[in-house]
Amino acid sequence: MTWEESAITLTVLLPLLGAVAVALVPKRNEDYAKTLALLISIGGFALSLAILVGYDWGARGLQYQLNVGWIEAAGINYHVAIDGISLPLFVLSYLLTMLCAIYSFHHIEEPGRPRAFLSLMLLLQTGMAGCFIAFDLVLFFVFWELVLVPMYFMIGIWGGPNRQYAAIKFFLYTLLGSVFMLVAFLAIYFTAPERTFDIVALQQFGAAGEFAAGFQRWAFLGIFLGLAIKVPMWPFHTWLPDAHTEAPTVGSVLLAGILLKMGTYGFVRIALPVLPDAAVEYAPLIGILAVIAIIYGALCCLAQSDLKRLIAFSSVGHMGFVMLGIATLTPIGINAAIFGMVAHGVITGMLFFLSGTIKDRYHTRTIAELGGGMLKTTPRLGFLLGLTAIASLGLPGLAGFWGEILALLAAFNPAPELVEAGWLTLFRVLMVFGAIGTVLTAGYFLWMMQRVLMGEPPQRWVDAKPQDVGSIEWGAWAPLVVLTVALGPLPFLITAVTDADVNAIMTAFGG
Amino acid sequence: MSGAAWLVPVLPAASALVIMALGRKMPGGGAEIGILSLVVSFLLAVGVAIEVFGANVGATTAGEGTAFVHTAAFQLAPIGEGAAIDAGIRVDGLTAMMFLLVTFVSLMVHIYSLGYMHGEERFTWYYAVLSLFTAAMLLLSIADNLMLLLIGWELVGVCSFLLIGFWWESKHNSDAAIKAFLTTKSGDVGLMVGVVALFGQFRTFNIADIFAMVDEGVQAGGAPLSEGLLSFALIALILGVVGKSAQFPLHTWLPDAMAGPTPVSALIHAATMVTAGVFLVARLYPLYSATPAAQATLAVIGAITLLAAGLLALVQEDIKKVLAYSTVSQLGYMVAALGFSYTAGIFHLFTHGFFKALLFLGAGSIIHAAHSNNMRDMGGLAKVMPRTFGTFLVGTLALMAVPPLAGFWSKDEILVEAAAAGGYTGSLVLVLGAIGGLITVFYMTRLLYLVFAGEFRGHGHPHESPPSMTVPLLALAVPSALIGLANLPVAAFQPYAFSAWTMHSLEYWQTHPIEFNLPVAAVAVALAAAGFVAGRALYRSQPLDADDPMRKLGPATRVLEERYFLDHLWTDLITRYIVRDTAGPVAVAVNDRFIDRIVYWVGAGTGRFGQRLYDIFDQKGIDGALHAVATGTWWTTARVRLAQSGNVQLYAGAMLAGVVVLAVVFAAG
Repeated sequence: MTWEESAITLTVLLPLLGAVAVALVPKRNEDYAKTLALLISIGGFALSLAILVGYDWGARGLQYQLNVGWIEAAGINYHVAIDGISLPLFVLSYLLTMLCAIYSFHHIEEPGRPRAFLSLMLLLQTGMAGCFIAFDLVLFFVFWELVLVPMYFMIGIWGGPNRQYAAIKFFLYTLLGSVFMLVAFLAIYFTAPERTFDIVALQQFGAAGEFAAGFQRWAFLGIFLGLAIKVPMWPFHTWLPDAHTEAPTVGSVLLAGILLKMGTYGFVRIALPVLPDAAVEYAPLIGILAVIAIIYGALCCLAQSDLKRLIAFSSVGHMGFVMLGIATLTPIGINAAIFGMVAHGVITGMLFFLSGTIKDRYHTRTIAELGGGMLKTTPRLGFLLGLTAIASLGLPGLAGFWGEILALLAAFNPAPELVEAGWLTLFRVLMVFGAIGTVLTAGYFLWMMQRVLMGEPPQRWVDAKPQDVGSIEWGAWAPLVVLTVALGPLPFLITAVTDADVNAIMTAFGG
Repeated sequence: MSGAAWLVPVLPAASALVIMALGRKMPGGGAEIGILSLVVSFLLAVGVAIEVFGANVGATTAGEGTAFVHTAAFQLAPIGEGAAIDAGIRVDGLTAMMFLLVTFVSLMVHIYSLGYMHGEERFTWYYAVLSLFTAAMLLLSIADNLMLLLIGWELVGVCSFLLIGFWWESKHNSDAAIKAFLTTKSGDVGLMVGVVALFGQFRTFNIADIFAMVDEGVQAGGAPLSEGLLSFALIALILGVVGKSAQFPLHTWLPDAMAGPTPVSALIHAATMVTAGVFLVARLYPLYSATPAAQATLAVIGAITLLAAGLLALVQEDIKKVLAYSTVSQLGYMVAALGFSYTAGIFHLFTHGFFKALLFLGAGSIIHAAHSNNMRDMGGLAKVMPRTFGTFLVGTLALMAVPPLAGFWSKDEILVEAAAAGGYTGSLVLVLGAIGGLITVFYMTRLLYLVFAGEFRGHGHPHESPPSMTVPLLALAVPSALIGLANLPVAAFQPYAFSAWTMHSLEYWQTHPIEFNLPVAAVAVALAAAGFVAGRALYRSQPLDADDPMRKLGPATRVLEERYFLDHLWTDLITRYIVRDTAGPVAVAVNDRFIDRIVYWVGAGTGRFGQRLYDIFDQKGIDGALHAVATGTWWTTARVRLAQSGNVQLYAGAMLAGVVVLAVVFAAG
């Protein structure tokens, strides 16, 4: 096996083996688990970087491909590969896991138990990364489901007071969606002119119009439900605020940073290319739901009293921009979506880290109890929160801007097939409402900053002298801060990777 | 020199980073870096100005050739379908003019702040943001494409936010900062829509490419130009102009923005950032001049603004607020001017930048001495602050449009062009502009008497400010007095004038000569004189508070004091009541009590259904296959019951039901 063929397998398998190793650390030395998990996650990140470095930027199509039989009786293959669409998310998942491993040195929520916690985190890593490299529907589904279990336990064991409700809601809601998705996968398998789960082959069938329109409509609905719950799209989002509010910091970071993107990625990778006719039919609906999410998410944020819940609801709006980009069915829209996914992963991941540390220092996340003046009591923490919040509201020059503006750009000129179907005006109206959403987003973030960062601090915090950002936290956060700032002036860091493959995949829509 | 023009914005940007990283450890707190970088930027700007001037004068004197444009660009990122975001520069007369104005005023403000901000806790932060602002403003000026321009536009907005809220300990200041950001951001919806629509129409952000396509009457793909879509985009952009350049009815943020340090008010909220909207229209003038609907919109908005804001200045007691409303009013003149004439609009931008910066810095000096913004606490300052008074007087006369000071020439040009344009909009701008001139003189006369005449009414002993503050005042007084001569409306001089320097095309310059109109000038001067006489008669005795004649106008006073009730509309009704206190909680209520309830009911209902299945089939043991199903349901339900919260038995059954339904659907289909 060459490096080219084995790279992905090694990279995805490492955290899985690591999870076992961490679990096997003897109890009396359980703090070694942290070091071990850190080393493994550094190893994983290094491998993902090696893939990045070896990636041929000029080429389009799959690289690092390996396609061997797995369950041959059912036509299921172990088909893994990577392309420009999955590469940014793949690397991001390793980066965030590594940063979470660093952060765990600082803090693991009650009841502690680092071995179990970190083992689950590494297991989660394999599932997340696996989703982005699987090119077989069954393999994809296995990784997709693999993610649920560790996240369920993370929320259910290490979560806040209402953790069990949140964990079960998360688990069952997502599971419900994925069952619909699985049924649709099976239906596609049986309907395809040649029975296969191979995503590349199915994309070719899709492009060649091998699936009847009536069938596509039902199959798309099934996949849509699975993905829409995961994203989550309005109105399937209600598990998200609960899950985030209760989840431990690391859980929230990975949930927002990567798990949500599995849903949006699924649209780009599977739903649109395999079922292009249905995509055109559903696109206006997706666009409308996306813009509702943008406005509605922002309005809900205005009424939140808990900092972490506010950040969670902000994800609803941000994922709305991602879905708006996807709904346009244009290369610009998909590029916008992928940019938005990465930027949201970086920025919102950072915001969840910050809210975890705020809870740790101030013992509350309630905005009113924080009472303002954080720039005085913990100036560095306050500065980082301000910077990240401004990035999150989409200020140009920082990471959050491109995903939003490019999505709006795409919405003004949706795919020719959508224009032919008479949806041009709808999408232009959606674009205007999306732009209005940016004002509301700015509104709730600025208001949050005013209430948390500015003003004179309450006397109790002046007396308590909470510790400012510590060295472990700097270590965990520095890469995210750098990315938040760098992706603003250097957008090619994402689009130069994605553009070729996005253009290729979207030719089906007349782009 | 234009080859190095990219350095002009890059230097202050680099300086901002250096100040942020190292400023606190430097002896001057980082200010020295900011000042040094701006000195170099200013010298480069002078070089660029000379080069552009030389080239354009060559064209105007020869009567042939083209207006100077230097462009350079590289691709920043592909965005799909062959389109890309570019980082590119466009150096022409307009850029050269903005460069000169921004670097000079910013340099003066940097120097002035040494004294004014001395001893501030966040001195270094102040200089870092000031430098960043300057860089963003210069970026906006040099951008060769609309995306880059939009980026600069938003960045100046955030710097403005940070500086208005510089003293964020007080809620009053952070409220003002948020109001400024959100109001301009609301306007930016129009900017975004406009930029996106222009891209949608032309598939490029590049300004020169768009001009070329409009010239040929085509849009992307060679299709004939849709004038309706172009007008839509241009009018959408005007919404951005209304927000950023504080036009009626979105001007309400600018007076509040005076909560920031006074040098910031001078630089950002008088001389430069607020003119970004005017600049944008000027930058796209070839498009606007081809779109009568958009030009008429500009003229009407500008005319309403110049009068409405001038009236508001009449009842202000805070010296900075008088100047703030005056700024809004003057911005109204600029926007109105762009309804008819490129040169008149940007010439007023240019002259106003100098004399309004001078007035604000003068006001800062006064506030520094009197320890109050309120004119009630001033009086008699002419004696103790001779330099401040002398320079302030120069600025005031320039603003009053007293010949031959700067404001006279630029304002006169606006009225001349409006008169020449005629029609409804031309007449509107001419009449309101002339009346506005009278009002301007009146409120500035009021200000002069209240601040400088009589005896000091405040506390302590006011004294002249340190040289770091008075030297910039003197330096700004020179252009405030003389810069108007740069566009002397004399035919023989015009090929060497401001109009030639800043022209966007030779043809425009040739077909739009700058002329002098004696009747218009005479009427304007007469109205100004009337304003002065009236102001002097009413305010020589320095009436204050209830004695102030402006407070005795009955309902008119009330309307002006309530600022046309617009703050109640925007801040109280829309922002606070409708959006924050109603829409937000309603959305959450819908979320928690409706959407989430449905999820719960579906889950709980299916769970109960599963329980029933179990009770009936399992207990009564009907048949093996159903028995198995029921067992499965029982297992799930039992798992769920382990959870403490009994209300989540739910989703499992839904899953089961879903599988059954879909299986049936697919089997049938």
